[in-house]
Amino acid sequence: MATNEGQKIPEEEQTAAKLGEGTIPAPLKEWKIQYTKIFINNEWHNSLSGKKFPVFNPANEEKICEVEEGDKEDVDKAVKAARSAFQIGSPWRTMDASERGRLLNRLADLIERDRLLLATLESVNGGKVFSNAYLMDLGGCVKILRYFASWADKNQGRTIPIDGKYFSYTRHEPVGVCGQIIPWNFPLLMLAWKLGPALCCGNTVVVKPAEQTPLTALHVASLVKEAGFPPGVVNIVPGYGPTAGEAISSHMNIDKVAFTGSTEVGLRIKEAAGKSNLKRVSLELGGKSPCIVFADSDMDTAVEFAHQGLFIHQGQTCTAASRLFVEESIYNEFVRRSVERAKKYVLGNPLNQEVQQGPQIDKEQYTKILDLIESGKKEGAKLECGGGPFGNKGYFIQPTVFSNVTDEMRIAKEEIFGPVQQIMKFKTIDEVIKRANNTHYGLAAGIFTKDLDKALTISSALQAGTVWVNCYGSFSPQTPFGGFKMSGNGREMGEYGLHEYLEVKTVTVKISEKNS
Amino acid sequence: MLSRETSWISSPNHISKCIKYIFIDNEWHDAVSKKTFATINPSTGEEICQVAEGDKADVDKAVKAAKNAFRLGSPWRKMDASYRGALLNRLADLIERDRAYLATLETLDNGKPYAISYLVDLDMVLKCLRYYAGWADKYHGKTIPIDGDFFSYTRHEPIGVCAQIIPWNFPLLMQAWKLGPALATGNVVVMKVAEQTPLTALYVANLIKEAGFPPGVVNIVPGFGPTAGAALASHMEVDKVAFTGSTEVGHLIQVAAGKSNLKRVTLELGGKSPNIIMSDADLDWAVEQAHFALFFNQGQCCCAGSRTFVQEDIYPEFVERSVARAKARVVGNPFDSRTEQGPQVDEEQFKKILGYINLGKKEGAKLLCGGGPAADRGFFVQPTIFGDVKDNMTIASEEIFGPVMQIMKFKTIEEVVERANDSKYGLAAAVFTRDLDKANYLSQALQAGTVWINCYDVFGAQSPFGGYKMSGNGRELGEYGLQAYTEVKTVSIRNYPQQNICVFFPISPSRFVIFFMS
Repeated sequence: MATNEGQKIPEEEQTAAKLGEGTIPAPLKEWKIQYTKIFINNEWHNSLSGKKFPVFNPANEEKICEVEEGDKEDVDKAVKAARSAFQIGSPWRTMDASERGRLLNRLADLIERDRLLLATLESVNGGKVFSNAYLMDLGGCVKILRYFASWADKNQGRTIPIDGKYFSYTRHEPVGVCGQIIPWNFPLLMLAWKLGPALCCGNTVVVKPAEQTPLTALHVASLVKEAGFPPGVVNIVPGYGPTAGEAISSHMNIDKVAFTGSTEVGLRIKEAAGKSNLKRVSLELGGKSPCIVFADSDMDTAVEFAHQGLFIHQGQTCTAASRLFVEESIYNEFVRRSVERAKKYVLGNPLNQEVQQGPQIDKEQYTKILDLIESGKKEGAKLECGGGPFGNKGYFIQPTVFSNVTDEMRIAKEEIFGPVQQIMKFKTIDEVIKRANNTHYGLAAGIFTKDLDKALTISSALQAGTVWVNCYGSFSPQTPFGGFKMSGNGREMGEYGLHEYLEVKTVTVKISEKNS
Repeated sequence: MLSRETSWISSPNHISKCIKYIFIDNEWHDAVSKKTFATINPSTGEEICQVAEGDKADVDKAVKAAKNAFRLGSPWRKMDASYRGALLNRLADLIERDRAYLATLETLDNGKPYAISYLVDLDMVLKCLRYYAGWADKYHGKTIPIDGDFFSYTRHEPIGVCAQIIPWNFPLLMQAWKLGPALATGNVVVMKVAEQTPLTALYVANLIKEAGFPPGVVNIVPGFGPTAGAALASHMEVDKVAFTGSTEVGHLIQVAAGKSNLKRVTLELGGKSPNIIMSDADLDWAVEQAHFALFFNQGQCCCAGSRTFVQEDIYPEFVERSVARAKARVVGNPFDSRTEQGPQVDEEQFKKILGYINLGKKEGAKLLCGGGPAADRGFFVQPTIFGDVKDNMTIASEEIFGPVMQIMKFKTIEEVVERANDSKYGLAAAVFTRDLDKANYLSQALQAGTVWINCYDVFGAQSPFGGYKMSGNGRELGEYGLQAYTEVKTVSIRNYPQQNICVFFPISPSRFVIFFMS
């Protein structure tokens, strides 16, 4: 993922890039934070309480700015606006589906126009390596919006060959007001994952971005207005989970809540939905995803993907390949190469070209990761490299590899969400399937083998929402993503992703005579 | 059919120079024979320019280019589906950029009113291309729960080289209907445009190149049916032919496909579409829509509502109002913003229509208005209405393709269903009624690919369109439209169980089963 200024954008990323434009520019040197308020009804509002909260740069722990702190009353205001925009006969409800698609495409165009600024902000506020922010986050964001834009008029109901003298058909109707709570690890990308399907299906939304990273979402709010979405269709309320987030998940006038974040909070959201109005819930939560490497695999490929699968974005991904199972006969060599790879990292200011790993998002995460590293050492795992903080400013942690990890250790069970790789040994297929599935998570999994039968057998046997074969972390708007077990409920992206944002209405009409 | 947006229409552009060559491999070519043909302005009968005349040799060249663009490993085959969609969206953007110019050229070459070219044709072109752009990465294959230890899935693969032969009544729109699904699904195309109206399609060829489609993906050969068209339909290297035009030519195409390589055929052909007005209908609305259904585009629509069946008790009133409406129709220079009706496309059509009008008079239909040419020069025909038309008259059974409306009387719903279906055609039909039961009954009973209820000529890129019976094969538009451009490939993989591989064999009661399983 290292990048040079003027580097050509890889072929597979070109769709996301502007057609014909093939280089990654340097990050903006000067920028200004323009949007720090609550976005309701296409207007900017102060918080009703008058409170604000600080937003930091995790690379130097300095405050970037203060943002209006939304709480229950602000959520109420936003829900009211969203409800009003969803009224029967409103501009949004009477709009052609294809026109909703045009608006989403326009939003994608505007994000593409402001790509450099957004990537810079994402990097400054999220500690994200700039080239990743520019290519993956912004590229993915634009792609996903365009993908869902064109679903708007392709999400078809059906006519049904019902028994009896009836004519029956289904309408795919929007659910209504959707609360969407998004995490700090991919602030823009997760916003696009949420907005794309919700808006293409005709819902209205109240979004709460993470308190750590509200800035890019607020910039996108301004673009939502510029694109021409009617007031109240998209409302964005920055704030904290226990206040604004809680208000969304227990709101009696919100029809659906979508959340991406920790399993711990996911449980609370579902509970709040149950205690309030049985709102629909979709959750995309944590993971402890197994990555299984067989002796017959291409080892260079496997080492690289397993490495990227864990270390990308400082290990702060829900799909992190955090349980690496390696077949006994290649175990030592695999560990040797993985450690060699991890040691190559350059840590530092994520805006700098040569930097490959930025800081963790905040002090809380930083402390938690260091604590888990200590537990690994104590419980007898072998520390191969890293194992502590890096530098004396910012939340940097050395790329860390543990070998001889056993399944009952904390680092093999708990989600670390940091640059800490666990490498385990296995002997047989049966054994590794059992061990891989022995977790309450089920988000993703990887398999590395050249054997077709192993690939098919294990991809069937693994309890995971996504299985990557001879690759890892390959996402695209076309393929659904979500978790088995306690990694989540429902799926995002792909056609499946539309289901979370629809009510199916069956209309049955009595007719005088029926013919085939 | 008129776009709801009443936004400002850009004024017609001045046409200085037309593109008049054959488009192959993103380059311009003279005809191999060096021949050219004239394309005529139907408002004046004068030549606009000479265009290279493609024939078999040019078709061969184009097919070769297309085939090369489709070879395994080519840029087009390796391209992400979403990127194909991005290119189609880009093409739509370029057409939108040049919208006024294209609308002008369309009106010049075809004769349709400029406001219609700009608002209807161009609008629908953009919507169609954008709609199919989005399908590129959404046309899913399936994984199949096959019996046994197999993993089975389908791939939706492009068919290959698709010949597309398009008509002169909606030159740009039919081009978009053809290119959208073909390119979204990854095919390569050799298109023959109608000899009457080649100019806008060739202009779009330039935009295809500008959008960044690889060379050879789209090739456009202007020329005549019996030469270039026949060469495509019987070509051994063409995998599929799609044709929009007359039923007569549709037969020739299907025969040619059968005699050559069994290429896939989709046809969108003629019609004699019934438009049924029940006595409980909103009469004002029904009169206006029935008028529009027939007279739109100078009557040159395959789905024209050319058999207007009116229930007995409202018949006199309906006829009277329809005649008044037809008499008010403004015929004239298509660049004049007040004009509702321009000229017919060419002299052949003009004469054919006048011939039908004479037949109508001879066979005893009552001429209520119009009935002759509408100007001294150019191919203008007066809006014409016949009353008391009987089902056995030629004007009630053959496609006139001109501004000639036939109004018939009926008594009962059963009777009208039988008469409406008593046609070799089955393209479209419409019903005007306020009664839900009648609407539901008729929409089941009518043999037509599209049934409009209380409306007519409502097209959306999202809704499929095509004919029953001799009005065609297959469907265009909508998700259904993708089927005509894909081959489904089933991939089944034996998945040897990793353990207990012999479990299947000892318990099999039959040796045949053992044999079959192993």
